[in-house]
Amino acid sequence: MLDIIGKRKWYFLISAMVIIPGLVAMGISFARWGTPFRLSIDFTSGSLLEVRFREKVQPLQVREVVESQGIVDPSIQTVGDGATVVIRTKPMEAEVKQAVESALEKRFGELTEMRFETVGPSVGREVTQAATLAIIAGSLAILGFIVFAWRKVPNSMRYGVCATAATLHDILVTLGFFSIMSLLLGWEADALFLTALLTVVGFSVQDTIVVFDRIRENIPKRRGEPYELVVNRSLLETLHRSLATQLNAIFVMIAILLFGGATIKQFVAVLLVGMISGSYSSIFNAVPLLVVWEKGELANLFRPGRRQPAPTV
Amino acid sequence: MRTRDLRLLIGIIIVVAFSAWVAWPNNPGIHILGFNRDIELRQGLDLQGGMQVLLEADVPATQPVTRDQIEAARGIVENRVNGLGVAEPNVQVVGDRRILVELPGIKDPDEAVAAFKGTGLLEFIDTNGVYLKPGTEVKTTFGQPGSAGTGATPSATAAEPSASPAATSAMATQPASTPTPAIAGTPAAAAANSTPQVQGTATPAAQPTPTPASETVYRTVLTGKDLKNAGVQINPQTQEPNVTFEFKPEAAKTFADFTSANVGKYLAIVLDKKVISCPVINTAIPEGSGYIEGKFTLAEAKGLAVQLKYGALPVPLKVIERRTVGPTLGQDSVARSLRAGIIGLIIVLLFMLIYYRLPGVLADLALLTYALVTIAIFKLVPVTLTLPGITGFLLSVGMAVDANILIFERMKEELRHGKSLAAAVEAGFDRAWTSIRDSNLSTLINCVILFWFGSQYGASAVKGFAVTLFLGVVVSMFTAITVTRTFMRATLAASGDSLREKHQLMGI
Repeated sequence: MLDIIGKRKWYFLISAMVIIPGLVAMGISFARWGTPFRLSIDFTSGSLLEVRFREKVQPLQVREVVESQGIVDPSIQTVGDGATVVIRTKPMEAEVKQAVESALEKRFGELTEMRFETVGPSVGREVTQAATLAIIAGSLAILGFIVFAWRKVPNSMRYGVCATAATLHDILVTLGFFSIMSLLLGWEADALFLTALLTVVGFSVQDTIVVFDRIRENIPKRRGEPYELVVNRSLLETLHRSLATQLNAIFVMIAILLFGGATIKQFVAVLLVGMISGSYSSIFNAVPLLVVWEKGELANLFRPGRRQPAPTV
Repeated sequence: MRTRDLRLLIGIIIVVAFSAWVAWPNNPGIHILGFNRDIELRQGLDLQGGMQVLLEADVPATQPVTRDQIEAARGIVENRVNGLGVAEPNVQVVGDRRILVELPGIKDPDEAVAAFKGTGLLEFIDTNGVYLKPGTEVKTTFGQPGSAGTGATPSATAAEPSASPAATSAMATQPASTPTPAIAGTPAAAAANSTPQVQGTATPAAQPTPTPASETVYRTVLTGKDLKNAGVQINPQTQEPNVTFEFKPEAAKTFADFTSANVGKYLAIVLDKKVISCPVINTAIPEGSGYIEGKFTLAEAKGLAVQLKYGALPVPLKVIERRTVGPTLGQDSVARSLRAGIIGLIIVLLFMLIYYRLPGVLADLALLTYALVTIAIFKLVPVTLTLPGITGFLLSVGMAVDANILIFERMKEELRHGKSLAAAVEAGFDRAWTSIRDSNLSTLINCVILFWFGSQYGASAVKGFAVTLFLGVVVSMFTAITVTRTFMRATLAASGDSLREKHQLMGI
């Protein structure tokens, strides 16, 4: 039998290697903007104007023109081939926007307005409040679900905590990924980002539950077998399902990422990363964590030489 | 095959046939006995391009806005929107003091925004012979507590000084040559006249400080309510857009009387208590129409004309959120999403086929059923499809096969343990059920939370995702379990004994 559980400390190491850069990025972002990643105008309020020129333009020159219209501290970003520019400002009236556009046209030639969004301060505040509530409600729902799923199992607390730990892992991976992209490519967290996060968390818990379900089922069937072995067996039995399901979802997400609309890409990328993390964490974190707990080796997991070789069948 | 399964099979075939008809791209709609219903896939603003604007009553937060006021405002906004000639606008009241306006495929969003903002309360006021600089905020008898309103006898003005010294100086320094602003007959008439309208603006140097609004309450002669029509015309002399208007017959008489009695004096045109122009009355204007010059941009002029045509709002509105998607971006998104969706679906179909063989074929059939039924539901409800909505739908495709994968894996195990094919199939469905139920339930709860979050206007993109994912999960419970099981049983019954030993067909 393939021994997955025996190599558990490696899995935790891999997770740490993925999470730590993300934490660093979040720290940098926090120092810079006061948030773990840049927030979009959905939350901060402001205006976003996306225009497309005939030819490539220099962001610095665009900034000059925009500032010449009396706009303080605009953020200018070129997209794709460099002819599309995203301009972010404080909330901007239609008249001001028109003035900016005509000034830009005067300097760089004809432009097409692709997108113009303005979110007023009151709306931004409300969305932020709603987002906070959604996060709280989502967390409660997931915790409630975990409690519900293990209501009849001995040591249910333990399963619940391990599932929650795996979920936290996925949240950290996703946030970290987004924070890195935020630093590198200027991604901004919007309402859809939160949606992706909640969806990822939901899926991750389900993955974990499928494996845990099997452990629950196998324990009475295989009395006398060491716990570690039962767990490993359960993991292998559900591995096909986990892989098949995740591969399907991942294929679909990659298809959208490669061929889908541009405005949805961040959303899908977050879903994809979160889902991969979710599959990983349920197999390689949640389940090994159960064994670690059972054997009481939490305190000295990484102390070399103490671990017994996994029993084999 | 048991009769219950046979009935189910027939039922499924009927559902599929109906869904296929509904989902057919050029569905003609239902038109039976006076019942008319077009069936089409509704595209959100991010797909077809357009604008979404959230308006809020522009009054202090402490001042209550009544239901009647906001409803009346909604009606007027809707009229203004229709006046712009937008196809299928959606104007609805949200909450206590907000109006949501959705304008799909709008060509000139700025013009539309210009038309919503401000109350659009137009007044023609008697300035008591004083020149009022454009931009001056004034108090008028209209809407003042205790005043008789439009056309009132100048009782309110009686108590006021006839002219403040500052204003007198303004009058004295009028150069008599600047052509704007002017009030006259129709521009055509003015052009035919060919003599430039002679009246004036004060030279900047001699410009007096405008009379503070608190001092004088001017008499309102006529208001926007007295207008029969309004439009935009380019002034052939200045090449600037003017707003033309036409009074109702009664008001035209009042206007004629007032102009003939006040030749050589001023008639200020005031919008939302702010002077937009203050022309001199050259001659009496008996025809009851005229135009307003106010250094407008074309969008502003059009917006003002629409406001004048459909009346003033009971409360002023301001734009608190606005999202515009250009039509090119929208069309690009549709084409790309369609392609991505089809590619994703084909990959999943192939995967199931290769990995699970015979059950995979059945699962694929169930998946196609799923896609048809879901699209049919989208069209019938109707659900407005957005980009996040399409993602939600595709994600639910993944969920739909997940149920089948759980079942088939269970089935394979039971087969390996030596169960008969029929018994393995039943065991697979029975034992996978709790997992499927639990996981779908948690997704549904998640969708409810997201739907609530998406009901906040800044987060409306989330709503489409929550709705399609929710519907998709519900439909997938039916197709992945009931449909696949029925297909499975039908196949087993039809093949008799021939399948029994061919386990490789089951993907083992």
